[in-house]
Parts: sequence; C-alpha cells; structure tokens
Amino acid sequence: MQSQTIDPAKTELNHHHAAEASVGHHEEHPDHRLFGLYVFLIAEGMIFMGLFGAYLAFRATLPAWPPAGTPELELLLPGVNTINLISSSFVMHNADTAIKKNDAKGAQIWLAITAAMGAIFLIGQVYEYTHLEFGLTTNLFASAFYVLTGFHGLHVTIGVLAIVAVLWRSRTPGHYSNEKHFGIEAAEIYWHFVDVIWIILFGLLYLL
Amino acid sequence: MTQAQLQEAANIPALLEEPGVRKWQDFFGFQTDHKVIGIQYLVTSFIFYCIGGVMADLVRTELRTPEVDFVTPEVYNSLFTLHATIMIFLWIVPAGAGFANYLIPLMIGAKDMAFPRLNAVAFWMIPPAGVLLIASLVVGDAPDAGWTSYPPLSLVTGQVGEGIWIMSVLLLGTSSILGSINFLVTLIKMRIPSMDIHKMPLFCWAMFATSCLVLVSTPVLAAGLILLAFDLIAGTTFFNPTGGGDPVVYQHMFWFYSHPAVYIMILPFFGAISEIIPIHSRKPIFGYKAIAYSSLAISFLGLIVWAHHMFTSGIPGWLRMFFMITTMIIAVPTGIKIFSWLATMWGGKIQLNSAMLFAIGFVGTFVIGGISGVMLAAVPFDIHVHDTYFVVAHLHYVLFGGSVLGIFAAIYHWFPKMTGRMVNEFWGKVHFALTIVGLNMTFLPMHKLGLMGMNRRIAQYDPKFTTLNEICTYGSYILAISTFPFIINAIWSWLYGEKAGNNPWRALTLEWMTTSPPAIENFDQTPVLATGPYDYGLEHANEGVPLYDPNPILSGGPNSVLRAEPDPAVAANPEDRK
Repeated sequence: MQSQTIDPAKTELNHHHAAEASVGHHEEHPDHRLFGLYVFLIAEGMIFMGLFGAYLAFRATLPAWPPAGTPELELLLPGVNTINLISSSFVMHNADTAIKKNDAKGAQIWLAITAAMGAIFLIGQVYEYTHLEFGLTTNLFASAFYVLTGFHGLHVTIGVLAIVAVLWRSRTPGHYSNEKHFGIEAAEIYWHFVDVIWIILFGLLYLL
Repeated sequence: MTQAQLQEAANIPALLEEPGVRKWQDFFGFQTDHKVIGIQYLVTSFIFYCIGGVMADLVRTELRTPEVDFVTPEVYNSLFTLHATIMIFLWIVPAGAGFANYLIPLMIGAKDMAFPRLNAVAFWMIPPAGVLLIASLVVGDAPDAGWTSYPPLSLVTGQVGEGIWIMSVLLLGTSSILGSINFLVTLIKMRIPSMDIHKMPLFCWAMFATSCLVLVSTPVLAAGLILLAFDLIAGTTFFNPTGGGDPVVYQHMFWFYSHPAVYIMILPFFGAISEIIPIHSRKPIFGYKAIAYSSLAISFLGLIVWAHHMFTSGIPGWLRMFFMITTMIIAVPTGIKIFSWLATMWGGKIQLNSAMLFAIGFVGTFVIGGISGVMLAAVPFDIHVHDTYFVVAHLHYVLFGGSVLGIFAAIYHWFPKMTGRMVNEFWGKVHFALTIVGLNMTFLPMHKLGLMGMNRRIAQYDPKFTTLNEICTYGSYILAISTFPFIINAIWSWLYGEKAGNNPWRALTLEWMTTSPPAIENFDQTPVLATGPYDYGLEHANEGVPLYDPNPILSGGPNSVLRAEPDPAVAANPEDRK
C-alpha cells in the first residue's frame, strides 16, 4: 500500500526532467531497470528450479543414484573452482563499493579481477569436462550433469561478458560515477545470482 | 549553449525527434511506442487466429465422415498439433499481451512502458516463431505429437518437425517472459502519484496476476523443452524409458506451465470484462477488491494444480486427491468474479452494443466451460472421460467461449480508442450472433461425443458418432464464416466509421481521458485522479472528472470534452432507484 506522502523519485514518469522529455520519451529510468533486473532474475531462477526439480525427480525414481558404473566425481578441482567463484562475488562487490566512492580506477581493477576469476572458473570447467570418464549420453546422471553444469557455464559466460562490457565502458572518464553506475550494479547482481545458483548446483551434483 | 551541449544535441538521431506512428506504414516497422506494439500484437495474433482457424476447419472436415477421406492420418496429426499450438501460443496469449501493451500505460497515466525497446524485442520474436512453425508444413515434416508433445511419442515421430516446434515454443515463451517483466515493472513503478494500488483499473490487476504467473511458470516449460531438445538432438534419455528416463517428469514440467497457461489465457480477459461490464451497465463494479484479489488467488492456485492433467499417468493416489481438491477450489475465486459481474449488471442500464453482447456471451459460455472443468477435476469422472471429446468440449468452451469472446468484446470496446472511429454496430451484432451459434453448435455436441466414448486426436471413428460429428463440422463452418463480418467491419470502420470522439462510452478510466487515438506520449501532463475508476452514477462523479495538475482547465485541454456524465436515471444502488 502506498503512503500518503509521495516520493517523487518513485512516482514520476519515465523521464526525469523536461530536457530529457523533449529529446525523446524512450529514456529508461535507472530505478526501473534495477527492479526489472530483479524480476528478470526470478524468471532465470525458475529455469534453474525447473532443471533442479527434474534432476531430483530422476534421482527419486531411479533405484540407484548415480546409476551403477558411474565413476566417482573428482572433488578437488570443482571445489577449488567453487571457492574461486564465491570469492569473485566479494571481489565484484568491491568494484561496486569503489564506484560509489567515485573511485573509477579502483572499480576497473576489481572488475578486471572478477572477469579473470570468472574466466578461470570456465577454464576449470572445460578442463574438468575433458577429464571426466563419462560422456553426455553415458547415463541419466551424466546427461543431467553436463546439461546442468553446461547451462550454468553459459550463464557464467554471459556474466563475464557483461563484466567485460562494463569494464570497456568505464574507460570513458565519467561514464560511471557515484550517482550513475547502473551497469556495474547490474553486472554485480547478475554475478551474485550466478554464484548462488552454482552453490545449489554444486551441492546437488557433487555433494548430495 | 556550451560545446558539450551542442555536441549532445548533434548526437541525437533524427529519428528520435518524432517517435511513434504518423501513418499506416509505421505499423510495419520497428517501433517502440506501446500503442503501436499493442496493435502489432493484436493484428499479428489475429492473422494467426485465421490460420489456426483454417486448420481447425480442415480437421473438422476430415471428421465429418467416419472414414479417413480428406487428408492422410499423418497430415491430420500435424493439423491438430499446429492448430492447438497456433491458437494458444500465437493467438490468445499474444492477444492478451497486445491489449496489455496498449492499455496499461494509458490506464495508469504513464507515457510508455518501462522498457520500450525490450517491448519491441518481445513483439518481434513472435512473427519469426510463427512463420517457423508454419514453415514446418512446407518442410514436409510438421510436428505431429499433439500440442503437449509428450515423449516418448514426440521423440520417435518426425525429428525435424519436433525440433522446429521446440524452437518456436521456446521463442514464444521468451517473448512472453520479456513482456511480463515489462508489465510488472510498469504496473509497479509507473503509476501516476495519485493512483493508489486500490484505484488501479481491474484490467491492470488482471495483468499483474497474469504476469506473475508467466514469470514463474514459463521458465519451467523452457527447462522441460531444453531437456526434450537434448533427448531429440543429442541422444540423451531424460524422458526416454529405454535409457532410464521418465516421461512423467516431462509431463510435470510441461503442465507446470501449461496448466497456469489457461489462466494466462483467461485472466487478461477477466480483466477486460471487468472493465466493459460496469461501463456499459452504467454502474460501479460490484466487489472491486474481491475481483482484484480473486485474480491473485486464481494465479496462486493455478500454480499448484498442474497434475490434474495427469490423473491417468500413474501418479500416486494421495497426489491425485491433493490435485483434485485444489483444482476444485479454483472455482471459488472464479465464481466470485462471475457473481460480481452479474451483480454489476443487476439493475444497471445495460447498453446491448457489440462489446457488451460479447461480454455477456463470455460470462455465459465461460460458466459452462467452468462447470465442465469442475466435473473434470473429479478424479473418477476424469478417468472415465480422459482424452475423449468431453475434454475437447471443455477446453473449447473455456478458450473459445471464454478467451476468444473476451478478445472480441475487448476489441469492440476499445476500437474507438485505438482508431478514433466507432464500429458498425449492426455488423458487430451479426458477428456476435454467428459466433454464438457457431460456437455452441460446434462444441456442445462434443460433450455428448465424449460421454459416448469418442477419443480425441483420431482421424477415423466409429460410425455411431457420425451425426454429432456432422453437427460439429457444420458449426465450425459457421464459426469460420463469422469472422468475415468482423474483418470487413473492422477495416471499413477504421477507414470510414463514424468519428468516435475521445470518450464515446463516457467512461471514467484514464485511457479515455486522452485523444482517440492517443497522442504519442499519451498525456500532455501527468493526470491526477478525481474519481475512482468505476464511480458511475455516484454523486461525486458529477463534479470530478480526472483533471490535470497544476491548473485544472475545464475549458481547454484533453479533458474538457471528456466529461463523464453519469446518467441520473441510474442510481448506484438499484435499491435507491425509484
């Protein structure tokens, strides 16, 4: 329910001032964009929930899980990769903190480190794929393993690309500042999302 | 002007200076104006309705006689598969999104959707997906496993067609998700300051509930289709029992979307009907909050009843009980809506124009579909009639008698706003009469056919079903004919119809408070509400029409000619009527 006092920032139309309105009406409000991103991530999350649900359903219906003859999963590499990905979330948060202090240089460095950590995660995943003793069609567990981790890897790739794009844009002095940093914030939120999904995924596939 | 300002001015593309539509050619281009996109949605989906309708008539022509004599069984399978897919994903769902696109910003006083470019992207996914789907007929390997595409059947019939089907539905699902993100953000963030959430028109409430449903359920279908695509193309066995997979898991994932999809298809039109009935009855809506919250209740309950489609799939008994009870509970919020509409009409001064006729037709036929829905929710009855024509009759009463009549009601109602011209009422009524006769003639006998035991999805049947099938087939021809008065009427009225003025229905919601058709940014200034959306016949509605801030101008500006004058002969409460 809305309160009686009206916060203009929350209620104005999709342009903030007259100058922008005269240019064109297609300026998007940063506040809307952030909210839209959260709504989008609900949809993204539901795709993963669907896949996790299917995984659990297969697991529940099959008498033995993983099916007999599936080689044990090596835990060291994915474990290190998991720690790498979780730490990268903190690094990414530093980029956001830096830009909020108007420290563009600092933000760039943190962004670059996050992108590098994301890339390392992907390389680790590909390395793991090439050394696994089962293929996509070996059995149901193997198929689910590749589809789930692969779909997550796709999201990590998108995340890394987003961070690189933000990094590229931040080369222009003043592109991001204390007041205007939606790009960095969006990339950060997306990165945290990818991270949370991986934690669930790691628990489901490797630990349970 | 400083150099920086000059530079900024020079960098603005020339296109941006006059966005939106000036001439009819602009409807064929990439536009970001929500009104253009809304009409693009409506026209595109209507074209697919005609294509899907032709397929339905081909199916019915095949079923006129018990023998297979019109098309081959393979083509028959493709025809009913494509008919269902087109009608659901390319007609009813996009038509709802079309009205939402057109109306939401106008109804809440915004200039456009929250993300205009995303909006355009969402629309422009639909034509390629539709063309892709229909092109599968040309490839010679059209999808033929039914619109449910259950594995393992869908994995063993035509591979190319099935792949096309998956790709097309994934594309349409993405479009639908992007659209609903836009609706949610627009509804929550862009209402004018004076519009409390309880002053929002009911169509907006309905779209809010629908969008939540799309957001939660559609991605699960996408997940299911991704797995199905892997089975089809990469040789995995998620849904293939020969490799340890479980086809029932697909059914769960499919119905987790596709059951809510029936509410995605009906809720927007519940909203539209809630707008149309009070306006044409000149009475405040009965039970505003009840209608608003029942939409939310329907969308929540809609999410937890999916397995009632799977009573015969071998799910455990206790699970069937749960899904039977929750399904029946959905009748409660739906009933609340129906009775609220009836109570709104009660004692009102009803104008029986085309929009209102379609709205009343909607209520009547939807009730029949709803009742057969409650029957089907009962496990023992469902097991008896599962996959018979009884189910076909039920779903067509809900989707044709509900959604499609709702779409037509909404088109007749908002046509003056969209085009600035009135429709021809005579031909509108002819359209209505033909539709109602055709609809009942086609789908009513199917109840009986189902109870007699005729299977759905078969091209050849026992000769004892012949008479009823003939009636159905001739009914479907009447339905086909019924679209012609509509098409001609719509085009003729758009070009030469009587000028409508800005508020021909003397309505109180904001979309009528601007010019017809609305200007590119909808409103000159931010509107301020003076009345609730449905205060017809109430005293304060006499003085207060929505006015602009800061200087209410009664003699000029878009509002001045839009006085919503309540009819003194109609009291708000029928009891007060002398």
